[in-house]
Amino acid sequence: MRRGQATSGAAPLQGTHDIPHSAFRNPQSRRSGASPWQDAFRRLRRNGPAMLGLGILTAFVLAAVLAPWIAPYPFDRTNLRYGARPPSPTHLLGTDELGRDLFTRILYGARISFAVGILATLVSLTIGVAYGSIAGSAGGRADHLMMRVVDILYGLPFMFFVIILMVIFGRNILNLFVALGAVQWLTMARIVRGQVLSLKAREFVLSALAIGVSPARLLVRHVLPNALGPIVVYATLTVPAVMLEEAFLSFLGLGVQPPMASWGSLASEGSAAMESYPWLILFPGLALTVTLLALNFLGDGLRDALDPQMTAAR
Amino acid sequence: MANDTLLQVRDLRKYFDIKRGFFWGEAAKVHAVDGVSFDLTHGETLGLVGESGCGKSTTGRLILRLIEPTSGEVTFDHVPIFQADKAEMRRLRQRMQIIFQDPYSSLNPRMTVEQIVGEGIVIHKLCQTKAERRERVADLLQKVGLSPEQMNRYPHEFSGGQRQRVGIARALAVKPKLIIADEPISALDVSIQAQVINLLEDLQEQFDLTYLFIAHDLRVVEHISDRVAVMYLGQIVELADSQELYARPLHPYTEALLSAIPIPDPTTKRQRIILEGDPPSPIHPPQGCRFHTRCHKRFDRCDKEEPALREVAPRHWVSCHLY
Repeated sequence: MRRGQATSGAAPLQGTHDIPHSAFRNPQSRRSGASPWQDAFRRLRRNGPAMLGLGILTAFVLAAVLAPWIAPYPFDRTNLRYGARPPSPTHLLGTDELGRDLFTRILYGARISFAVGILATLVSLTIGVAYGSIAGSAGGRADHLMMRVVDILYGLPFMFFVIILMVIFGRNILNLFVALGAVQWLTMARIVRGQVLSLKAREFVLSALAIGVSPARLLVRHVLPNALGPIVVYATLTVPAVMLEEAFLSFLGLGVQPPMASWGSLASEGSAAMESYPWLILFPGLALTVTLLALNFLGDGLRDALDPQMTAAR
Repeated sequence: MANDTLLQVRDLRKYFDIKRGFFWGEAAKVHAVDGVSFDLTHGETLGLVGESGCGKSTTGRLILRLIEPTSGEVTFDHVPIFQADKAEMRRLRQRMQIIFQDPYSSLNPRMTVEQIVGEGIVIHKLCQTKAERRERVADLLQKVGLSPEQMNRYPHEFSGGQRQRVGIARALAVKPKLIIADEPISALDVSIQAQVINLLEDLQEQFDLTYLFIAHDLRVVEHISDRVAVMYLGQIVELADSQELYARPLHPYTEALLSAIPIPDPTTKRQRIILEGDPPSPIHPPQGCRFHTRCHKRFDRCDKEEPALREVAPRHWVSCHLY
């Protein structure tokens, strides 16, 4: 695994990267114009757990995308005579009570889980960034009102809210994405609004105003790019949160419908027969746990890499 | 308004609300700028001096209409700017620019120097093609003493003095007439301060610029200014030609400030005037003369009557009951 090597090899190199200013570099090897993003990426590459997380996620997403080609069996083929078998060479992770291959089911489940995670995060990102930047830019009473609305929504038990949305709009997967995203945007809106408010007082924003930049350009060119760090970090942390919520909804029977499966619904089915067939909950649970850990590692790594304060401290 | 007057500020006021209630409710007001008036003649440099919190930066920002005033009027090149609509304001922005104090927060860290300096050119459509714009940015960088090869760099790759030069190039890019320099050298090393001051003077000559030079250090202002205005608690207390003010300060506050400047000669003896206490809160400015609580020359009239800014000698304005 190339990434694994990069991780272990990176630690001793740390000292040589500690000189960020080109002034100190040898003129021949001067690399001018490293953007803050490139710098952040360099720091991320030196972060072991984050790169491990990224490697695991890449592998999982690839497996999910390629599921139809790598899965050994069709995901809904039942074999009642071969039901609920423990892991064996023919069925790597065993079979469920209907004789469906668990490895195949987990591969297909990954597609749903990742799709929910990514799409619901995108929904929450879109709503949260738009709402937060409008509130932050407008300021004053409009901002006050908009944030009180967020406070009130925060007060509602969110699962209850998702359940209501699911009941009203029907239980299909697309609604699941939207419902989860529609609940997750609140924190994103708060983060973005806070960033916009603090950036608005910065002198480079004032000088852009003095030059005659329009409000839209100000937001897109000057404010949001500088708020992107926290936004990206929070988005990576939203993905596992949403995946967990989907698992919970599937557990309640409100998520994906059989014969489709997500990791959440697999775990839910498995939990029913936990004592007799423990592998049915063990493997989907493990897949979920490893993914969530990987995402959290990556999120933490991104936060460290993008945080300018951390840069100064190193 | 005389013909060579570029900027006219009349009775400018800005009160900031604080202690706002949940939705409504009585707000206390910070009297940041409280009745400031002055004129700027084309090509001159007016130094605006005062302690931190006296409203000098707010005055600068009001003149550029980066914040809206509570009342008062600013006329720039015969245009009253607070009445200007959006399109007109945009045109005006091209002709008045600002240089900020902190070179670390005044440049967008996500933009290259070329983008930073070139933004005004894009917005005001001063160049037709991208190549032309690049050339103009390169030219500007050269004028402020940077090398054109540095234009693909990001701000974090520059030192404080270099960043301040980028900020100056950005202000010059739109060919302004007036530049408000908001403590442009306070955050720089002493060795670099002189370089930046000299650069500003050269550019003034080259581009026929008018400066409003804001500083908290009288010594710095003396060198660059034609006239100096001293501010205290949101008001101008003394305004005179630079030489006159330093030679013959009239207001007790100016006297005290001047006496605080160290003289690099240990044998010189002079009386140092120590101001008592801190400046009063701008939320509840004192009755009468604002300075009477700390003044070493106060008498019974001072805490009752507010003195007006009057011309007590030719071109020498002061607001004090002594004159």
